Amino acid sequence: MTDDVVPVMQIGDTLLVALQGDLDDTTVIRIEEQLTREVSQTSATGMLIDVSRLSVVDSFIARVLARIVAMVRLLGAQAAVVGIQPAVAITLVELGVPMGHLDTALNAEQGLALLRRLRRGDTGTD
Amino acid sequence: MPTETGREPAVFDMVDESDLIRVRKVLRTEAEATGLNLVDTTKLITAGSELARNILNYATGGRGRIRIEQVYHQGRRGVRATFADDGPGIEDIDQAMTDGFSTRGSMGLGLPGARRLVDDLTLTSAAGSGTTVVIVKWQR
Repeated sequence: MTDDVVPVMQIGDTLLVALQGDLDDTTVIRIEEQLTREVSQTSATGMLIDVSRLSVVDSFIARVLARIVAMVRLLGAQAAVVGIQPAVAITLVELGVPMGHLDTALNAEQGLALLRRLRRGDTGTD
Repeated sequence: MPTETGREPAVFDMVDESDLIRVRKVLRTEAEATGLNLVDTTKLITAGSELARNILNYATGGRGRIRIEQVYHQGRRGVRATFADDGPGIEDIDQAMTDGFSTRGSMGLGLPGARRLVDDLTLTSAAGSGTTVVIVKWQR
């Protein structure tokens, strides 16, 4: 039996995970556990979390996303959240969820470039 | 005062976490039927999700009652959602509406955050007699 709740794709040393659907809190926690496990079990040095198919991100989901990124970093890899929908971004800012410390990118392609810069320790924006 | 539109309200009990998803689904259906734009729809659903989670986390047994309906006022249509529970109530409403205040170690964004996302939020509560939160989002 597997506890996997989301498909995770490995491309080179980067894990790519796309979240979708309407996520209840239990599912969000299971995703967090799965992704942390995947990073520790693979030799991945980076993870992209694609949220472009999430039409709603409330404070709970946002908080867990931030936690996942922090845990991936603790494991020695880099993580970035990509594809936040404009309506979701506006909502999160008004809701007041602190997301400023998260590394984000417009889409997966720019996310991969961001991960490359983060691995080099380059914090500039190109 | 907003009046109802004649369309049947959606009324259901909040019992467990699956109802969190139900709240979001019904809010989306009503927001789209009312003609709210995408950003307003997203804000309304997110506010509803915060308030529904408050019931799960704070109400007695995590139970409450939800009512979602379309309303009409001075030529404008909107969506009104009511979140009621028989929980312990809120002793200090001002404090509960303050960013960062939480009795549960959360970020404390639920109520103040929800208020910023909608056009109107009314909270009625007293210690020991439950809490009712009513939100309204109007069409632009």
